[in-house]
Amino acid sequence: MPKDVRIWAGGGFIILLLLVAVFAPLLAPFDPLEQDLLTATMGPGQEPGRWLGTDSLGRDVLSRLIYGTRIALTVAFIAAVLACLLGTILGLLAGYYGGWIDALISRLIDIWMAFPPVLLSILLVAVLGSGIHSVIAAIVVIDWTRFARVVRAETRQQAKLEYAEAASALGMGRMVILMREILPNVLPVVLVLLSLEMGIAVIVEAILSFVGLSVSTDAPTWGGMIAEGRQIIYQAWWVLVFPLVALFLTVLAFNQLGDGLRQWLDPMLKR
Amino acid sequence: MTPVIDIRNLTAGTRAGPILRDVSLNVNAGEVMALVGESGAGKSTIAKAVLGILPAGIKITAGNILFEGTDLLALAPPQLRELLGVRIALIPQDPLTSLNPARRIGDQLTDGLRLRAGMSRSEATARALSLLHDVHIREPDLVMRRYPHELSGGMRQRVLIAQAFSLNPHVIIADEPTTALDVTVQKQVLRLIRDMQREHGTTLLFVTHDLGVVAQICDRMTVLYGGKVLEQGATADIIANPRHPYTQALLAASPRYDRPDQSLKPVPEALIAELKREIAS
Repeated sequence: MPKDVRIWAGGGFIILLLLVAVFAPLLAPFDPLEQDLLTATMGPGQEPGRWLGTDSLGRDVLSRLIYGTRIALTVAFIAAVLACLLGTILGLLAGYYGGWIDALISRLIDIWMAFPPVLLSILLVAVLGSGIHSVIAAIVVIDWTRFARVVRAETRQQAKLEYAEAASALGMGRMVILMREILPNVLPVVLVLLSLEMGIAVIVEAILSFVGLSVSTDAPTWGGMIAEGRQIIYQAWWVLVFPLVALFLTVLAFNQLGDGLRQWLDPMLKR
Repeated sequence: MTPVIDIRNLTAGTRAGPILRDVSLNVNAGEVMALVGESGAGKSTIAKAVLGILPAGIKITAGNILFEGTDLLALAPPQLRELLGVRIALIPQDPLTSLNPARRIGDQLTDGLRLRAGMSRSEATARALSLLHDVHIREPDLVMRRYPHELSGGMRQRVLIAQAFSLNPHVIIADEPTTALDVTVQKQVLRLIRDMQREHGTTLLFVTHDLGVVAQICDRMTVLYGGKVLEQGATADIIANPRHPYTQALLAASPRYDRPDQSLKPVPEALIAELKREIAS
């Protein structure tokens, strides 16, 4: 069992968020889309039941925050896992087979990483059209390099170790060695990256909804709420601050979980 | 009798220079042949050449390696893989790094049995347990569930020996199997390898720099220096009366049980210089 408090705190917060996302309809005190212009821009607690206040259209900030976790987490998990799969497979192939396969994949990574990621993602979503699928596609297309780069380096290192040589002296095929011998040793690094990538995906989704390229604008997203809150910052700070805090805590949780895992899974530090 | 392994005029090198120079040696069925030499003599390179696992930088430029009549160097990789593990196996040098740190002993031991011998999971497990028993591991069912870092060096080497013998190969190449172990464990592991070899009638190519080990378990020996064979013959003959000056110097530099009062002499610099000249020409 991991002793690291970061794993428990980070992982615990993420599980809490997951529960909030799943049970959003039960937890949210109001309909996140319901407008009420008579109670617009009420501060936290000013109106009974509106604990975090209302926005310029009188929508309940807490309910919107709760529903916002759904999109944030959906994007975080699906996009990160897909980017992880794509990047890990390419990284394993490049690192193990070397030669022209490595040259091809490595150059691809170099070219990819030369583009500024935020601009590229905005461009991609603009081309693909807005919507959650485009957001996920954009994150996968941009962030697979994070995995590919690290997995390639790790695979190269592992392939040189004697256990891989011993396996080939046992007559194991290349693919068998890669999947059975090397992959289990690369997996800890992949898990750490996956956790960090989920944090990144949450930010990218927020950026895209901030510029209005994520899901449709009236659906509650943290980025969208930040964008709305920015316009009325002097009248209603809470519309901006609460989604920012939610975003901050979520990314912090993923990063802490990743850092904790990094130390817990590193055999050199473990023993 | 045709030799099981017949290496003919094997020459190999990197871009920086030659590593093996015209090496010829043969190993007969059921015998233990030692490859002796100091670091860089090319003994491990010969072992790796037979197994087809030479590092990418080393190229074989001439010669053949005949295994039971087939030239291993002429085989395509898939054909060579058919032989490896099943007919030719390896006991690696370093038991600490030669087992996969991320997998349980049981999984690693049954891999070969399942993938190469086509056993079912339960058959392979039963066979692995009896193999661990054969290499004198107590509580084999417990060890099967352990990870390598939970075992001692001697235990890990026993696991690797069990793995090497698991598919009943005709030839086992032992690449300095006791170098990484401490002295008391070395002796037990050596005895184990010899007992297993006799029991299975396996041919053993034993790579080492330790003449004490050679005297203990090898029938014949080949002395290498700088990738060149200096002397070859029955172990008893060579140790009793070495012909090549380098072998004489090597023996004078090794501790002997039968002559405990003799002081050890380093190999003379002049001899090394002469050897280097001789090899270069």
